[in-house]
Amino acid sequence: MFSATWSDTNSPLNPVSAMDYLPREQLRTLQLHRLKSLVEHTYANVELFRRRMDERGLRPAHIQRLEDIALLPFTIKADLRDTYPFGLFARPLKDLVRFHASSGTTGKPIVVAYTRNDINVWRDGVMRSLAASGCIAGDIVQNAYGYGLFTGGLGLHYGAESIGAIVVPVSGGNSERQIMFMRDFGSTVVCCTPSYFLHLIETARQLGIDMRELPLRIGIFGAEPWTDEMRRRIEAEAGITAYDIYGLSEICGPGVANECQCQNGLHVFEDHFYPEIIDPETLEPLPDGTEGELVFTTLTKEAMPIIRYRTRDLSCIEAEPCPCGRTIRRIRRISARSDDMLIIRGVNVFPTQIEAALLAIDETLPHYGIILTRTGGLDQLEIQVEVTKQHFSDEVRSLETLRQRIGEAIFRIINIRARVTLVEPNTIPRSEGKARRVRDLRQQ
Amino acid sequence: MKINQIAVFLQNKPGHLSGICRTLCDQGINIVTLSLADTQQFGILRLIVKDWERAARSLEAAGYLVQIREVVATEVDDRPGGMAEVLDIVSAAGVNIEYVYAFTFQKHNRAVLVFRFDNADKAIEAIQAAGRNVLTPVDLFTEE
Repeated sequence: MFSATWSDTNSPLNPVSAMDYLPREQLRTLQLHRLKSLVEHTYANVELFRRRMDERGLRPAHIQRLEDIALLPFTIKADLRDTYPFGLFARPLKDLVRFHASSGTTGKPIVVAYTRNDINVWRDGVMRSLAASGCIAGDIVQNAYGYGLFTGGLGLHYGAESIGAIVVPVSGGNSERQIMFMRDFGSTVVCCTPSYFLHLIETARQLGIDMRELPLRIGIFGAEPWTDEMRRRIEAEAGITAYDIYGLSEICGPGVANECQCQNGLHVFEDHFYPEIIDPETLEPLPDGTEGELVFTTLTKEAMPIIRYRTRDLSCIEAEPCPCGRTIRRIRRISARSDDMLIIRGVNVFPTQIEAALLAIDETLPHYGIILTRTGGLDQLEIQVEVTKQHFSDEVRSLETLRQRIGEAIFRIINIRARVTLVEPNTIPRSEGKARRVRDLRQQ
Repeated sequence: MKINQIAVFLQNKPGHLSGICRTLCDQGINIVTLSLADTQQFGILRLIVKDWERAARSLEAAGYLVQIREVVATEVDDRPGGMAEVLDIVSAAGVNIEYVYAFTFQKHNRAVLVFRFDNADKAIEAIQAAGRNVLTPVDLFTEE
């Protein structure tokens, strides 16, 4: 058991980070051992995986070396959607202690599940993320990630408590109150989306508070992509060091990877989450240093083991070792995706979800456009819908009702309040092939 | 007994209204009266014109979203209380008004009220039973 009360700011090595420094040979031996066990366990208990293995003429015994992972079938988001809610579980319900849910590509969410051990592994990933960011016991961690079915809130919460910090579970929203707590509690660490933090800096300014004068010294930002420029701006305007945290609910939540004090790539906790980079067209694994699609395998998950999950995030695994001394490899910061998923206020949204909402109101899909802007750090979603003759009964009230109904349908599916603008016919640009319906005007 | 009114959907964009007027002007169509219902987001322009079919076609050809609705026009004395009397008649008949607008007519001391009712036939019956007249297109568009 690692000490959860490490509070020596002078030493860079927090015992919770010990596994980050495991020599490569031992790490690979551990990974192979876990991989074999994972494949056996999943083959025996998850129907979809067993069927795909059988189709390929594969058995768990075929996995003899780490490289053999390339033989295994992939898992994609649609698999989680198609097996909603419990089809990918490898354990009976009586062994489970938690469900979380996140965006599917259509109207239904995807469900993930955890045993007690799974919660502990997830917690450890977050602890190691916090430690890598310089967080220590006694820090006051203000957690502004959303609490609830979203894995961000509870994920950071458990990890921060376990590292010996005092957690302020504010969740998102109510920015003036957030600033008040930062000042009155003396929060030293903040966790939220980077765009929300920009909004908090703005809010503080309006309240006459200079964040650089607060005890706040560390920010752990994730759930959406953000650039080095944005980092520099945050660090200068708030007087903190800003770290990137990475994760996804399908794997566990936040805590799959995190930057170290070098702030140059995110170390993957690969004793638990085995990373690969593949060519998104050929699906072949690519060597370290080459850009491609990020794929993860959960080496130790029990309730819902995930094998070779295609994240659709584009990145590369750094070939060079990091000066911090960690042996766990780094992935480069995510900047682009290979699908059309949008991230709005840290929430994953697919244009197909907007279409599902519009079809709930109209029999045929009207021409629509998605416009994303950012004001004062907060993402704003606007949906433009072309009015048709059927909609236009010539009364203001009925058009207003239509706007409201569309807004409500969208909220029901993606849980975000969108501004709905009715526009004239032929306003939304038509294009050849796949319509470019999204205009993302946010500067990163 | 009913007048065909043209309604045009307008996004809140500068120059829109003038574009519509220009399109009609190019077609030699005279606007008898208009009303603009607006919200923060959009507007609905309602027009009474003589040659509504040609007007609707040319507006649609110019890319506007057009709807035709039947409205009821009735004359009142252009004096205080003129409108209140008509409103009393229709409300007594249990008819609901969706919207109304007014304009003064060529005839001296008379004004025209244009109504959209939830039950136009019932309203026309009530107005005529009270001895008032409901304008036909001929009444509205014939120059004196």
